[in-house]
Amino acid sequence: MTLFTEFGRYLLMIKGMFSKPENGKMYWKEFMHQCGEIGIGSLGIVVLISFFIGAVSTLQTAYQLVSPIIPKSTIAQIVRDTIILEFAPTLVCIVLAGVIGSKIASELGNMRVSEQIDALEIMGINTKAYLVMPKILAALLTIPMLIILAGALGIWGGRLAGTVSGILSPQEFDTGLLSSFVPYNVFFALIKAYTFAFIISSISAFYGYHVNGGALEIGRASTKSVVVSCIAILFADYILSQLLLST
Amino acid sequence: MIEVKDLKKNFGDKEVLKGVNVTMEAGKCNLIIGASGSGKTVFMKCLVGLFQPDEGQIMYSKVNYTEMDDEQRKGIRKEIGMLFQGSALFDSQTVEQNILFPLDMFTKDSQATKMKRVNEVLDRVKLKDVNKKFPAELSGGMKKRVGIARAIVLNPKYLFCDEPNSGLDPQTSLVIDKLIKEITIEYNITTIVNTHDMNSVMEIGDHIIYMHQGLKEWEGTNKEIIFSKNEKLNEFIFASEFLKDAKDMRMLEETGKIDNDRNMDEMIK
Repeated sequence: MTLFTEFGRYLLMIKGMFSKPENGKMYWKEFMHQCGEIGIGSLGIVVLISFFIGAVSTLQTAYQLVSPIIPKSTIAQIVRDTIILEFAPTLVCIVLAGVIGSKIASELGNMRVSEQIDALEIMGINTKAYLVMPKILAALLTIPMLIILAGALGIWGGRLAGTVSGILSPQEFDTGLLSSFVPYNVFFALIKAYTFAFIISSISAFYGYHVNGGALEIGRASTKSVVVSCIAILFADYILSQLLLST
Repeated sequence: MIEVKDLKKNFGDKEVLKGVNVTMEAGKCNLIIGASGSGKTVFMKCLVGLFQPDEGQIMYSKVNYTEMDDEQRKGIRKEIGMLFQGSALFDSQTVEQNILFPLDMFTKDSQATKMKRVNEVLDRVKLKDVNKKFPAELSGGMKKRVGIARAIVLNPKYLFCDEPNSGLDPQTSLVIDKLIKEITIEYNITTIVNTHDMNSVMEIGDHIIYMHQGLKEWEGTNKEIIFSKNEKLNEFIFASEFLKDAKDMRMLEETGKIDNDRNMDEMIK
């Protein structure tokens, strides 16, 4: 299948999601279920990686800033901006592409192979709207929240690592943290978070929904969804940086 | 009643259905039989709307289903129940939730009314104490019965069963066949069964359609099939010596003679 055919099918899937729900309550229930699965389900890994990313960035930034004329508070500034601009949205979303993406692709793939999607279709339910739409909306709601949390935890992890290792005092870190803060960076991080959330959920749903074959194909769809999501995230990251950060 | 007129379906260059004409009557078990690759699964998927035919018409009670878009089809789809080969139960839901699902989606009844209906259909398929079990905890036959319960919970006008006996032992197959037959009569529904199982053909085949290479080759009742002179049908049905013997014995019983050159003395011994 060519790239264009695949992209066309992806667009058709997105288009097919927009229809009047058969029963709003059931769609809401499914949306809330997906919020739990995607948001709460990935909370642990996000907390863990963001804390350590922050800690490692502080240590590595301090290692590279050897000049005595640069104040130590600069470390906090660099850590803050790196985490907000790149680490929290991009790195966390790449991890989420693995966690959430493979889960969505294998769940839908299994439903396709075991004819559960056909069963829903025959009942008269728009499966793209009922199965795919709530996943995308739940990702759009919960992933930006996870990114905000990742940013805060990353900075806190960096502060803790800097203090514990004696690189800089908490006061020095706080001074750096508050100086030259650009609120636009947070807005940029949120734009990235929404874009990546859509990429992760829609691409993995696409590969899962269109599984054709057996158990082996589910595994392949899951792997492919993670790989394609990661590439799309990095590509979108570059485009967004070029569009929104270039002076 | 479902009328199919000149139904054609191709996949690329491969012609799978080459113009099928058939009428499925209400209150009867309509069985589609045929060898693997004869097009019966594609035919059934066209009937329920999972595949869009290339040509021809499918009329549900005189309404042309093929010309409808997905939104228009929703009305007819609510009148269709389907039992899948692998049951297609939702793994993450209990038996009760599986059967409740169509009720929750399409009715505005109170929870008590819906639960009453769930228990009614579970009783109808003779399942007890399984409400809180997950599909993984059920046997193959029980899964099929839950599948039937889910298919009939909204009182459908049409029931489709794809290979209802696959993977089941002969005794359980008989139970499922009888259940399908009873439900067909009780609800006066048009039942279409896709099967390989000759026991089912003889037990419940009110109207049998034999498909061969994408065409309807023969149609008739389970009484007529034994005496059919259609070579392709006979090759398919009486593939084994055991079945050939069974056919000859039956002919002998009913007509006092057999019309082939097999040695009857040897067979009677």
